[in-house]
Amino acid sequence: MSDPVDSIQASLARIPYARFLGLSIELHGDEMTAVLPFGTHLIGNPVLPAIHGGVLGAFMEMTALAQLLITEGQARQPRVIDVSIEYLRSGRPLTTYARAEIKKVGRRIANVHVEAWQEQRAAPIAAMRGHFLVTPTEPKS
Amino acid sequence: MSEHLDAMRNFVNAMNQGSPHAMALKMETVSLDKEGAVLRVPYDETLIGDPDTGVIAGGVVTALLDHACGQAVHTGLTEFKTIATLDLRIDYMRPAEPGKDIFARAHCYKVTRSVAFVRAVAYDVDPADPVAAAQAAFMLDSSPGRGFGANLKDRKAK
Repeated sequence: MSDPVDSIQASLARIPYARFLGLSIELHGDEMTAVLPFGTHLIGNPVLPAIHGGVLGAFMEMTALAQLLITEGQARQPRVIDVSIEYLRSGRPLTTYARAEIKKVGRRIANVHVEAWQEQRAAPIAAMRGHFLVTPTEPKS
Repeated sequence: MSEHLDAMRNFVNAMNQGSPHAMALKMETVSLDKEGAVLRVPYDETLIGDPDTGVIAGGVVTALLDHACGQAVHTGLTEFKTIATLDLRIDYMRPAEPGKDIFARAHCYKVTRSVAFVRAVAYDVDPADPVAAAQAAFMLDSSPGRGFGANLKDRKAK
């Protein structure tokens, strides 16, 4: 039996951009946490310093994609249709975590919410809602 | 006004070069005028999001649009203010063509006392055939009194 974390980590390792960001995932039961260790190449504002807003958006997008692969199993990578990102606090030079919640999966579209945080889960630094085009591996009843 | 734009042209170049993430993406500002900002990220294999097709990751487009929208805000102001992205909504219309540079054109269409509103498109060849479109809102004077290294200090409980 192949470990779902290994297979997702292997899929992530094949994506050059995931390696560029440096993200990985942790799976506890069916609960996935995406982890983005801090790296200086992620800084957008060098004065504060703060993680680039685009990096946080990209990280949450990848979190949603990984969650869809884990929960739904996809014949191919889901495609992003739209995302709406809310920035709540500036991203400090620390490890960032994110968790995704799949709100609905239809035959073609999935709706996913993601929250990213650093020191405190209860004080998220950013949130995202998005729609994704999905191609499930087996037809849903 | 044009003096402000001249100053901002220097500022955005410094902003690109001083921003490690912008440098990592090799992001540069192609033009900056009262119509807004045009930025470019060159195609690079390290930024591929789908290894089967060679298409650049959506996240690169997200970062480029966020950066372009921020620079467009400065073209809509008459003096320098610190800004922070409040929200960013992106519609992805089609995958970018593998091998092509990606551009973003952003226009700040409304500034109020506290908020600036921006629209942007990302494209590879023709702005009329966009890869993605964005709508963003920015808070103005976002970090009064927050100087160098503010994010290195312990966060106050609130």
